[in-house]
Formats: sequence, C-alpha cells, structure tokens
Amino acid sequence: MRMPAPDDGVIARRREIIAALRAIVPGEGVIADESELRAYECDGLTAYRQLPMVVVLPSTVEQVSRVLRTCKAMGVKVVPRGAGTSLSGGALPLADGVLLGMGKFNRILDIDFANRCVVTQPGVTNLGISNAVAHEGFYYAPDPSSQIACTIGGNIAENSGGVHCLKYGLTTNNVLGLEMVLMDGTVLRLGGKHLDAGGYDLMGVVTGSEGLLGVVTEVTVRILRKPATARAVLIGFPTSEQGGDCVAAIIAAGIIPGGMEMMDQPAIHAAEDFVHAGYPLDVEALLIVELDGPAAEVDHLIDRVAEIARSKGCCYSRVSTSEEERLSFWAGRKAAFPAVGRISPDYYCMDGTIPRKALPLVLHRMQEMSDRYALRVANVFHAGDGNLHPLILYDANKPGELERAEAFGNDILRLCVEVGGVLTGEHGVGVEKRDLMTDQFDEVDLDQQQRIKCAFDPDGLLNPGKVFPKLHRCAELGRVHIHKGELRFPDIPRF
Amino acid sequence: MTVTTIKPDSAAQTADAVRWALSEGTPLDVAGSGSKRGLGRPIQAAHTLDLSGLSGVVAYEAEELVLTAKAGTPMAEILPMLAERRQQLAFEPQDLGPLFGQPEGQGTLGGVVASGLAGPRRISAGSARDHTLGIAGVNGRGDLYKGGGKVVKNVTGYDVPKLMAGSFGTLTALTELTVKVLPAPEDVRTLLLAGREDRQAVAALTAALQSPYDVSGAAHLPAAVAARSDVRAVAAVGGAVTLVRVEGFGPSVTARVAALTEELGADAVLDQDESRAVWREVRDVAYFGPAPSPASAGEGRGGGDDSRHISRHVWKISVQPSEGPRVAESIRWALDAELYFDWGGGLIWAAVAPTPDAASAIRGSLGTAGHATLVRAPEDVRTTTEVFHPLPDTVMALSRRVKESFDPCGILNPGRMHAGV
Repeated sequence: MRMPAPDDGVIARRREIIAALRAIVPGEGVIADESELRAYECDGLTAYRQLPMVVVLPSTVEQVSRVLRTCKAMGVKVVPRGAGTSLSGGALPLADGVLLGMGKFNRILDIDFANRCVVTQPGVTNLGISNAVAHEGFYYAPDPSSQIACTIGGNIAENSGGVHCLKYGLTTNNVLGLEMVLMDGTVLRLGGKHLDAGGYDLMGVVTGSEGLLGVVTEVTVRILRKPATARAVLIGFPTSEQGGDCVAAIIAAGIIPGGMEMMDQPAIHAAEDFVHAGYPLDVEALLIVELDGPAAEVDHLIDRVAEIARSKGCCYSRVSTSEEERLSFWAGRKAAFPAVGRISPDYYCMDGTIPRKALPLVLHRMQEMSDRYALRVANVFHAGDGNLHPLILYDANKPGELERAEAFGNDILRLCVEVGGVLTGEHGVGVEKRDLMTDQFDEVDLDQQQRIKCAFDPDGLLNPGKVFPKLHRCAELGRVHIHKGELRFPDIPRF
Repeated sequence: MTVTTIKPDSAAQTADAVRWALSEGTPLDVAGSGSKRGLGRPIQAAHTLDLSGLSGVVAYEAEELVLTAKAGTPMAEILPMLAERRQQLAFEPQDLGPLFGQPEGQGTLGGVVASGLAGPRRISAGSARDHTLGIAGVNGRGDLYKGGGKVVKNVTGYDVPKLMAGSFGTLTALTELTVKVLPAPEDVRTLLLAGREDRQAVAALTAALQSPYDVSGAAHLPAAVAARSDVRAVAAVGGAVTLVRVEGFGPSVTARVAALTEELGADAVLDQDESRAVWREVRDVAYFGPAPSPASAGEGRGGGDDSRHISRHVWKISVQPSEGPRVAESIRWALDAELYFDWGGGLIWAAVAPTPDAASAIRGSLGTAGHATLVRAPEDVRTTTEVFHPLPDTVMALSRRVKESFDPCGILNPGRMHAGV
C-alpha cells in the first residue's frame, strides 16, 4: 500500500502553515510537537502509521470553515478524524497534510422526544447518544462494536453498522440531517428534523464517503423506543451449510431478527476458552438469534425459530430464559476479537459481504487459502446480512507473516466479489481495501464516483489517498468526448 | 414541438441513445412508463428516452432479501411476484397514477426510485433511498456504469444509489436496479380515534410513535377528508379520524393493539381489509384524486364535488412532526385548502384552490425547517412555480455541480427539478 508521495514544497512551508492555523485556532488547538503528534499517527488499522504534518483541533464551525478555506488557499491536504477507531485506515494521516481532529465538538445540542430525534455535535460518541436518551426509554439504533469510543461524526463518514443493522439499518438509514463544511469553507445544512432532505440526496452520498467530501459539524439522528424485551436462542449445527440453511429459512419465514450472528469452530473455541459462555464445542457452526420487540411477539417467534432450527438438523439449541442468560450468549460473540487475540499474537479482521447462499463455498475456499498461506482463520459472521468477519491469525514478529496475512485477506475479499458480494460491509475502504476497488468496480464506475468527489472538492485536498486507487485531476475527468457517427446501434426503435 | 421517442431495449442501446443525443446536443426527456410525467417542472426536449423497453426481473432471491430488475419493469409485475413469497418493498411505494387522472398500477421500478416516493411506512421503514442497494445506468456522458452492490449490506465506495433516489432522471438514465425486499406483515390492524382536533390528533400520534409498539402508520384525516374515504368505518364517523397502524405477526398485532387501545383510548379497530384499504388511500393521496368508479359515488368521496376537487393543486409538505398542526393552521388561514396528515404529523398533503400566492403562503409557513413540493398542477403553473422546494444558495450550487458531474452537457431531463439543473 502506497500513499500519494508527500509534496516537499508543502512540507517546506510547514512553519508558515502552522502560523496560519494558529491565527485561526488559538492555544493548544494546534499541535506541532512531534511527541504530541505521535498520538495521531494511526487509527484502528494500526499496521499503517504516519506522523501528520500538524494537528488542528477546532472547536467552532467557523474555525473549521476557516481552517479548510485556508488549507485550500495554501494547497494543503486535510485528513479529518473523529475518535480514530476506523478499521480501514480512513483517518491515516499524511506527511504533508493537516490532521483535523473533531474531538472538541463533543456536546449534544438538542434532545427532542416529540420528534424522536437528537441534534448533536459530531464528536459525541455513538453510545453517548443512546445514554443521553436512555432515561426516557429511547436509544440510537446503529451499534458498531466500538460504540463506547467511536463518534457519530466518524459513523457518518464510514456509514457504520453493527449487529442490529439487518433490522434497524446502517447509519445512513438513521440520519435525518447534517451540517457540513466543504473544502472551500462553505457551510451547508442538509435535511433536519423533517423527513427527506429535498432536492438531491446529498446527505445520502456524504454518509459513507469516508471523509472525502466534507467535514461534518452537526448531526441530527432519529432515536427509537427501546424494544420492550429481547430473547436469544443459541443453536449449534454439525455443518456450516446447515447453519446457513437455517438462517435462510428464518428469513424465508418472514422473521427479521434483531441480531443473527454465526461463528465457526475456531471462533467458538477461542471465545469459549476466553469467557466460558457455555458454548457447545462439538459443533461446526453456532448461531445466536436474538428476537426483540413486544413480549408477545418475541415469545411467539422464539418458538418458531427453535422449530426451524430443529427442521434444519441442529444438534444443540438453548433458548434464553432470563436476561442474564441472554447476555451470556452474547458474551462470547462480543469477546470474539479479543478471544482470538489471546490465541495469536496478532490478527487481521476482514469485512466482506457475500450473498448468504455462497457461504459454504466461501468457507470451503477460505480453508483452502488458509492451508496455502499456512495461517489460521476464525470466522464470525453477521449471518442475517451476509457480512463476514474472517479473522486471520498471524505473528507480526515473524518475517513475512504480515505480508502473507494481507495477501490472504485480499484473496478473501476478491472471493467475496467473485461470488457476487462486496469488499466491505461496514468497515469502509480507506487505505486498506483501496487497491482492491478495481476488483469490484470498472474504471468507468470509479470515474463517475471521482467526478462526484470533484463536485465537492475540485482540488482533491480532502483525505486523498483513501478509497480510490488512482487519483485523477478533475479537469481530466471532466472532459467530454463526443463521437459523432460511431453509434453501434443505429437501429434503436424510434417513433 | 415534435417529439420523437427513442425506445432502447438494452442497456447498450440506452448508452448509444444518450451518446447520440450528446453528439447532437439535444436533451432527452427520460421516462419509464410516463405515469409520473405530471410531477416536476415541464421540460423542453424534442426527444423522449422511453425506458419501458428495459423490462424484466433479472434475479429475485427471497432469502437474500434482494431483487434485481431492469429499470422499466412494471411495478404491476414486481409487486405480485413479491407477494407470492410474502415479501414487499417496505417503503410502501405510492401509486400516484389516479392522482394524475391515469389508471392504477402503471409505474415502473425505475420511476418509483427516481421519484423517491414512499408511503405511510416511511416513518418506520424509510424511503425508496433506504431500499435502493445498487444501480446501473447511463450518465449524461453516455457511459454505462454501476454503483452500489447487490447485497443488503455494503459500504464500498460512494453510495451512488442514494443520489439516484429522487433525482427524477436528471443524473442517470437508469437501466437496472437492485432493491432490498423484506417480509410482508402477516397481519394488520388500525386503531381509529374519532373527532380529534389536529393538535390533539398529532399528540396522540406522537404518543403512539413514542410507544414500544412498533407503529408503522400514523395519519390524521380532518373531517372533510375522512368523509371522502371509501372505507365505510372511516367515512361513517362523520368527523375527523386519526389512524394508528399496527402490523406484524398475528399474536403480536393482537397484543400491541390491546396495549395501544389502553394508552390512547381507540374508538374502533379496523380489520385487515379495512386497514389495507384505508392505508392505500392515505398512501396514494386518493382523497384528492377523482372518484374510483361511479358505483361508489354518493357514498364516501366522489359525488358532485369531484370536478372541483381534481382542479385543485396538490402539495406535499414535509415538516418536523410537532410543527404539522401549526403549519396546517397557517395554510388554512391563508388559502382555500383541504389537507390531511401522514407520518405522525410530519407530512401534510394539501389540495389548494388555484391561486398565484399558494407557493409563497405554503413555503412561508414552513420557515427554514421543511420543504414543500407542488405535486399536481397544470403544466403552465408548474412552469411558473418552483415545483420543488427552492434550495439555499450553497446547496443549490453544490447540486448544480453534482448534476454536472453526471451530466455535464445537460442531456438528461434538464430542468425537471430546478431551472438549469
């Protein structure tokens, strides 16, 4: 993975750039000292590190606007950052770029139960929103596993998901409004407490744009009433095929569970050894199916799910009878990543999505790859929506293992695309999967996406080097080629 | 103006048609079945690009919750196919044909997504944008490209499908779409509250939506509108009717209806057939369209005032729900308007007697929070009135650049949404 070559001309002007930023954000809001910059050298994808040229921590929208306008005028790149929990390197700094930290935007501005929404600054954590409305029995639905730390601004950038998104949607399905600043300093408001933004769905394309289109300074999200109750079933199968069949049968029966997770045998063993959740160890696939909603509904459906599991040949089934038991079912799944961390010095977490019917094939091929790369793999899987999280086990201290793990991971993602799926279900492209984009998209597809980028940021200064494998100048992308008399279908029906 | 229709029957032909238009410098009126042609600003184009030849479901996998179809596939083909597997498009696409004086069931999947219309379930399930997973189409450069994916969970690259929803064919001539499909509810019931004033009604709807009982429809029909319902139990109230829909599995619906009845004090509970019928009326703005058949005249809507009604201009107004009653009051005060509420008070459908100051009165009542679209009006009115809510300069400038990023020469439906875009 290579980042765009740093611009020595910009680095040579570092002092001048820092002075210009200090004129906008006073005091400790501009960080230039190397030891302090160290804290920002990577995000959740720790394999890649880079010291930023300078860090700026604005605390008002006006400061954000002036910082961006000034950077644009000086031709300086900007990398926005929330809490830095990205698993795809979305906030990886640039040696010749300003890192724009949004951590000071940490206030909730308005809690509006009548309109079932919260207006918040982007640096508030995902869980912070749910906590702020919990006293009235409400919550914010998307729940990425980093929800204690990750911010809502980062969630917008990454269109974050979580275990409940099959039923409740990703970030994009739960955002009502945004205030954002473009690279030229323009402040825009999109949407609000009402539904649908009017005009083009710019909010829809900004959500999940990985910090390449603008810097979000305010967010309006919808909040939901907490389901009255939740119960879970733990189901074991002798084969992963049967597990996959069971998931398909549950959905075909019209049931959309609040959560539906699958683990393969290595993941089950690692989790059980770690937290002693009471998982059966002799199964190939373990499903956790959680039903939430009104008690009458949950009681009705839990029996149907257990019945479907039996019809699909499950060899283990346990229905939670108390809140404590339900949480114990989840304890193992939620600890799966650290559990794998215990059995291997390092692990690499992947994030492809596949059509669920391809699961047996994908698991089989992954096993072949595991043998070929001589690296173990454990699988946890958002089974309802086909989002795989293979964890590749490696040891970074052994020469060549990191490179092998990355090559293995890339092969897995290419396989996801090959079977009709996509490179990333919820972690984002970032730098991690950037060079695989051409496996999923043709050049013409990527050109159209980059033209959208040009509409927001014509100089390509906002978070360059992420998402797109090749950077084109907007002027070049904007050229229109007209071919008179070269039509391949002169006989299109006309009336 | 003489209009030539170009009707491609493949994506490649569609690309060729756009390339031809580009080389001639002539704009195209991009249409599916044309059922929603009355919605939007009239455009001046010598050629229609008719996408109804791109028809057929490409793949439907119920267990994967996805359906891929060519853009011109009739909804009349897709909806029964989903119903057979007890699935649906959860955003409850509107059928506005009758509102525009056309038959029911004429729309295409591409048209539904391009116009971004959603029904009462918008409040719980989202809109067309939330269910459009992937697209393929031809941009204004004549490039056939794709965006999004064909699985329910995907964050790879920009979410181009979102931009297509509600873009009225101004960015891309869609050739294929992949949408999320979801289980259809096994059962449905509707709580009916009689005789509430707007404010009381929206307060009741708010309480219902704040409850843990998964309400999937929340509408309020003031007396004059309720009287036009073809559902006897609604029209017979003889006053305002407030409706709260509960859908799902049988035992769950029963339990939630009981709990909500206790909390809100319902005057009646509509059964499955009545519920389906009344929510179809609410969805399709049937109260402001012509009467469905002479047989129903004299009972419910229809009858003598029908012609008066269809001459009215119909507005769709989106506000924060708590503001709904205030906005309604100010519209009624300024204009001769009949209206009703959906989306828990957050959507107002208004039928307004023609007057030149309707747009400014309606938009003025909103302030900066919300937007109003002129959904039905004669062509001359749609030429002189901003059909879509005027955007702030900053957003307009960005929208213009986004349009240019897809269609630099203004070939696709130019001016359908905003002049010069």
